[in-house]
Amino acid sequence: MNIVVCVKHVPDATADRKFESDNTVDRVGVDGLLSELDEYAVEQALQLAEKNEGSEVTALCIGPEGAADAVRKALQMGADKGVHIVDDAIAGSDAIATSLVLAEAIKKIGTPDIVITGMASTDAGTSLVPAALAERLGLPQVTFASVVETQGDQIRAKRDGDAATEVIGATLPVVLSVTDQTGEPRYPSFKGIMAAKKKPLETLGLGDLGLGADQVGLSVAWTAVESTAARPPRTAGEIVKDEDGSGAKALADFLASKKFI
Amino acid sequence: MAEILVLVDHVDGAVRKTTNELLTIARRIGEPSAVFIGSGAAPVEALAKFGAEKVYVVDDAEIKGYLVAPKAEVLQQIAATANPGAILISSSAEGKEIAARLAVKLESGVITDAVDVDANGVTTQSVFAGNYTVQAKVTKGTPIITVKPNAAAPEEVAGAGAAVPTAVTISDAAKTATIVASQPRQATGRPELTEAAIVVSGGRGTGGDFTAVEALADELGAAVGASRAAVDSGWKPHTFQVGQTGKVVSPQLYIANGISGAIQHRAGMQTSKTIVAVNKDEEAPMFELVDFGVVGDLHTVLPALVAEIKARK
Ligand SMILES: Cc1cc2nc3c(=O)[nH]c(=O)nc-3n(C[C@H](O)[C@H](O)[C@H](O)COP(=O)(O)OP(=O)(O)OC[C@H]3O[C@@H](n4cnc5c(N)ncnc54)[C@H](O)[C@@H]3O)c2cc1C
Ligand SMILES: Nc1ncnc2c1ncn2[C@@H]1O[C@H](COP(=O)(O)O)[C@@H](O)[C@H]1O
Repeated sequence: MNIVVCVKHVPDATADRKFESDNTVDRVGVDGLLSELDEYAVEQALQLAEKNEGSEVTALCIGPEGAADAVRKALQMGADKGVHIVDDAIAGSDAIATSLVLAEAIKKIGTPDIVITGMASTDAGTSLVPAALAERLGLPQVTFASVVETQGDQIRAKRDGDAATEVIGATLPVVLSVTDQTGEPRYPSFKGIMAAKKKPLETLGLGDLGLGADQVGLSVAWTAVESTAARPPRTAGEIVKDEDGSGAKALADFLASKKFI
Repeated sequence: MAEILVLVDHVDGAVRKTTNELLTIARRIGEPSAVFIGSGAAPVEALAKFGAEKVYVVDDAEIKGYLVAPKAEVLQQIAATANPGAILISSSAEGKEIAARLAVKLESGVITDAVDVDANGVTTQSVFAGNYTVQAKVTKGTPIITVKPNAAAPEEVAGAGAAVPTAVTISDAAKTATIVASQPRQATGRPELTEAAIVVSGGRGTGGDFTAVEALADELGAAVGASRAAVDSGWKPHTFQVGQTGKVVSPQLYIANGISGAIQHRAGMQTSKTIVAVNKDEEAPMFELVDFGVVGDLHTVLPALVAEIKARK
């Protein structure tokens, strides 16, 4: 089974994330890492590969120079090879443009049996890319899966929807996105870290994908961020210690002062 | 004035509140037209009450059994003749996926998770776990915007509510992901988590006993939420989870009980208007966010609070 797993390199969510003066995400001033939610995608890719002998897992990432770290992490976890798409012209692309580059990269790699993505990136967090990829590749969309099973060329996934819990079925090849309910991602072992150094990591540019600079990037994006502003810090609230029921009384007073009761 | 298409979010014909909010926003930008995909009698009156001038009615017999893709084709086909000024969709998982596919089809820009949209289609979003506010605009094609619950107060304005039965053709390509089985979510009898004005949630600190949390929620007419730790422990289903990988809520009042306040949890509640926490540990990061906090055991504080509220009635 051939599997491509899409991994994004994102600013650390626990750090102080910021915007650049052109309103794009600051990807330099904050440490980056493999998006936490894409680790679940890598884990599912590896588990599916383990269940299907002779499988190959390719980790695919679009991002600046440093984003290769996300691919390396995937290789350390156990992916077989990596493809990193780097091009200055891509900077500032929105989700729909990103899906175009990913789709062309996947066609170049050779359409796999399963394209796996995370449920959302932890920076943009739009959840647009997986559905847009399915649309562009003309593949069935099996998304927000919390449990995944394959049998032969059939895939079944559980999806917790707003109104119902559903089982989605499709015939491979498919685009699959997985949630953090699929199971904890593995940590790279020492052996895995050493082995990753010898695994192939190919770097490609837009030209290699037959795309032009006029199709991607900030200047031609289909959306524009007009302004960004840090939320004013919350003013420190009142904190009381509960002693002999005084906490509940004080809280009730507060709720009454705000007219909630 | 340009038509603004609003995809109706409904459960078996019962229109959800978010749709009324979308119709209200649509009226700011142009003339609201609802797109109802479903079977049986279309809720034309309910939609007209919140301003729908037209209601495109699409029978879903051919659509129901498939995931997302056919709905994007419906909107594409209606947009081709209506030539709308914008398309508004609820910012649910499904809504965002419909928007993504539609954006590729229409070669139009898409913005997700708007918490406000003005008359010019400029959106406001809350990003980076609620730490930043961003304003954005679609610059190409027909603006496609997914809007979060509570983005507007629904306004009753009588619309003409002209039903337009609409035939669509669904491609075979859109029917490749089938819904093999579906189990409707159990009704909780409480408000919808994302729509509720008040949310009372519990974390690992409940120790698995949500009685006190639920009693307070019911006293306040609130929805019940949970941290991932509580969900992972099997105390509440995943649909209750608040946070980065659960629901993002923005109620008037959020009461966190026995929740430490990890960044992933904050991402789901940080924009709540008023925040209250009850936690045994005065060092819990949740206290950095609160308007009012009680350091104490939730199993004594919450029942005492319920008694206090009852006594004041
Ligand atoms: C990829 C990823 C996604 C995630 N997504 C989410 C998400 O969507 N939502 C989410 O919530 N988390 C999410 N998490 C998990 C998050 O990091 C935290 O682990 C989680 O929020 C902790 O839940 P908690 O606060 O209930 O538990 P804890 O952190 O264990 O906190 C329990 C708190 O209860 C207090 N307490 C204990 N007993 C009592 C008592 N009797 N009375 C009062 N207080 C008491 C303790 O002092 C403590 O502060 C995610 C993590 C990852 C890695
Ligand atoms: N630049 C990127 N490189 C590789 N994969 C990406 C990139 N952006 C998004 N993805 C994939 O698409 C998923 C959803 O991202 P998003 O639509 O941005 O929320 C992520 O979890 C990734 O798997």
